[in-house]
Amino acid sequence: MQVTFPAQALYLWERRLEGYTVKLTVNGAEHFIDVEPEMPLLWVLRDELGITGPKYGCGIAQCGACTVHIDGMAVRSCSVEVGAVEGEVTTIEGLGTPDSLHAVQAAWVEHQVAQCGYCQSGQIMAAASLLEMNSDPTDEDIDAAMSANLCRCGTYPRIRAAVKTAASRMNGA
Amino acid sequence: MGRLKTIGRRAFLVGSAAVVGGVAFGFYLYKKPVENPLLEDLAEGAAALTPYVRVDADGVTLITPRADKGQGAYSVQAAMIAEELDVELDQIRVDPGVPSPAYWNTALAAEAVPFAATDQGAMATAARGTVGAVMKIMGMQITGGSSTVADGFEKLRIAGAVARETLKAAAAQKTGVAVARLRTQGGAVILPDGREIPYQELASEASQIAPVTEVALRQPAQWRLIGKPMLRVDMVAKSTGTLDYGIDARLDGMVHAAVVLNPRQGGALNSFDASAAKGMRGVKKIVPVTGGVGVIADNTWRAFQAAAAVECDWGPAVFAPEMADHWAELEQAFDTDPDSQGRDDGDVENALGETPLTAEYRAPYLAHAPLEPINAVVLIKDGRVDVWTGTQVPRFTQNNVAAIAGVEPEQVHIHAQMMGGSFGHRLEDEVARRCTELAMEMQGVPVKLTFSREQDFGHDYLRPAAIARMRGAVAEGTVKTLDLAVSAPSVLASQMGERQGMAMPGPDSSISQALWDQPYGIENYRVTAHRARNMAPVSSWRSVGASQNAFFHEGFLSELITAAGGDQLDQRIALCTDDVSRRVLQTVGDMSNWGRDLGPNRGRGVAFCMSFGTPVAEVVEVTSTPEGIRIDNVFVATDVGRVIDPVNFENLVQGGVVFGLGHAMNCEITIADGGIEQTNFHEYEGMRMYQCPRITVKALEQNSHIRGIGEPPVPPAAPALASAIFDATGVRLREMPFNKFVDFV
Repeated sequence: MQVTFPAQALYLWERRLEGYTVKLTVNGAEHFIDVEPEMPLLWVLRDELGITGPKYGCGIAQCGACTVHIDGMAVRSCSVEVGAVEGEVTTIEGLGTPDSLHAVQAAWVEHQVAQCGYCQSGQIMAAASLLEMNSDPTDEDIDAAMSANLCRCGTYPRIRAAVKTAASRMNGA
Repeated sequence: MGRLKTIGRRAFLVGSAAVVGGVAFGFYLYKKPVENPLLEDLAEGAAALTPYVRVDADGVTLITPRADKGQGAYSVQAAMIAEELDVELDQIRVDPGVPSPAYWNTALAAEAVPFAATDQGAMATAARGTVGAVMKIMGMQITGGSSTVADGFEKLRIAGAVARETLKAAAAQKTGVAVARLRTQGGAVILPDGREIPYQELASEASQIAPVTEVALRQPAQWRLIGKPMLRVDMVAKSTGTLDYGIDARLDGMVHAAVVLNPRQGGALNSFDASAAKGMRGVKKIVPVTGGVGVIADNTWRAFQAAAAVECDWGPAVFAPEMADHWAELEQAFDTDPDSQGRDDGDVENALGETPLTAEYRAPYLAHAPLEPINAVVLIKDGRVDVWTGTQVPRFTQNNVAAIAGVEPEQVHIHAQMMGGSFGHRLEDEVARRCTELAMEMQGVPVKLTFSREQDFGHDYLRPAAIARMRGAVAEGTVKTLDLAVSAPSVLASQMGERQGMAMPGPDSSISQALWDQPYGIENYRVTAHRARNMAPVSSWRSVGASQNAFFHEGFLSELITAAGGDQLDQRIALCTDDVSRRVLQTVGDMSNWGRDLGPNRGRGVAFCMSFGTPVAEVVEVTSTPEGIRIDNVFVATDVGRVIDPVNFENLVQGGVVFGLGHAMNCEITIADGGIEQTNFHEYEGMRMYQCPRITVKALEQNSHIRGIGEPPVPPAAPALASAIFDATGVRLREMPFNKFVDFV
């Protein structure tokens, strides 16, 4: 037989020898991490990779502060085992940056949504996922998509307004 | 310049004539100059102009000593300084500074005196000055009581003006151009020929000359920033996940810790068995801490897992173990001597007659539950302690950490962190204390302690549970008599006494806060406060005593007005004795088009509360649907004298309404076996997006005093909602949370 070691296979094998148990793609970058597969994605992001945009609020998928995207779909990273992640993870850091805001982030700044801001990474990720799937959401659509994200400061009126602004911008209005 | 000098004296020496006129106690300490905390670690060539402004080679830093827990304190403090300093908000850095007695909070102290906020008489003013003196002596750098703007409005603008004029004087010295020919703009002194000298280039000169302290503050018509919408300094960072909260702090070599504390809150740890936890992956150390066990690991989740695997033998409950016992304690307190009787107008006993209207109202314990669980990082190395934590009481934390670490307070360096909410929880510092205990075991290594959500809920210091018993009488279509007795545990005794070790003699005005000082002219009007004991430890919760008391007062007042056959708004306006408050009530009536036909199954309610000197009136409109009550609209009118940033102001008011409504709808903390039963947000939900009404806000600016807005929108929300539900359904709600009695959509 012809022996071939494709670069990708070789690379993965070398990482395996280094002891990684989980391969994770976050914001376009590949990471090889040696953690228990049952560790929640949130804590891999925060404590292992130093990606702290996703926040810890409840640990049981009740508050939404930890919301990230897996292949564009909003998920609660506190309740997803890292070993079960298939697909690319996007955090708030990968959505946009201060110098290059995503339309949702721009709308959040324009409406000055945040008070303490601790829930807003999750709110923004939930809104971005909603608009990816439904570019012209009704009030009911917005309520349905956003009600799993708790805001203790009570910024809901501004969140609603910002989602609508982002939707109209993304639709070219 | 006499008048201007007076402004300066008032701002920096506090209390002005009232102090000179009536206060001997603490007068010397008053005069004693306060050490400037910025001089300690100032680099060569940098000039500390005042404790609020730092100019060095890197630029201008505004020191914002009041903590930011989401209310926009940094931004609003920066704006007040920048207004006079002539810098733009995107030219500066904001630094919460270091704990210092120079940052005493005089506005908060003024709230602690037994005079109504509407009382500007000589006695009341003098007393406020006294308390300010005491608080300054004690060096209480506290963020609370909605006092940031009230406290800073003069101080911070003067700080900015002093800095500006001193920089101009430095520029004059440097260039030989007369000060009168210089102006300032955009962080620079502008010479007559248009040449600009950035402030940082003047830092060295400015440090060599005496500061110019006789300064004129600008008139409102000249303001560039104050009163206009401004982009909060933290808004972009908070919209991009790039703002680091305390929980995001990361230091080289840092380890992660968790605690498991006795579920019987405050109870002891008898013994523990860590054999199962010890071998778990990443665990570095397991040690006892006060009331529990701490686990130090290499990752937060691993620390949580290992903490859960520690087997503990817990000591008994330290307060009444069951909720029924707590209600009984509150009931029994009515039979004890009053803690205070803030008001006794007319002849209540006679006026009540044979058949007064009576009602008992109840409010449950509540948790603060900011979305960021409490956390701290502590590093102890070579006799120096560094603490990174979000705190509203940095000076207390400094002292408490020092005592645990066995060092002098000066060796404890607090690095104030942005907070993911507080609602009063960050007036406590238990997380910094526990983290210091852990860091003592890990000398030289930074230890981050994160409370799990369950530990945060289970060991919060609560909003008091309380009971009000009320009697009243009506005649001639109006309210003639209101006799209100309230029973609640003392927040001051628990929070400042038990946990901060301060002597708290005398009555606790928070028990009857927003009861005795409401601007209503009811002929026979009595407010009696009783102190309940043996309750759970309690704390300041957004709006403190007003949070439950407005529900009691306004709820029963609504019942009396109904009994009198009056209109809820008209009667309140008629009873109101304060012009500012009356305008607020009239305004909310206009905004909501009070009296218009709402259609079938709908109802409206109004409530008013003066708290922290800020009058707020709210109208709530609801619909009774087959699925339950839906809250449609809320209208809010208030008057804080001067709105610094209308955008942030509206956001805070709307948030306060959501906070008040959400807790009234479905939140309570209950006690079983000496501990808090609720563990997470599925048992303590508050309001969610789909339940959020339209909230319309109007701010008047006719109040002669500058007031805060962080807390005052909370108290009227619950009674206005209860009144609206009664109007729509006929169901009278006398106990929170309301979802025990009605469903919400």
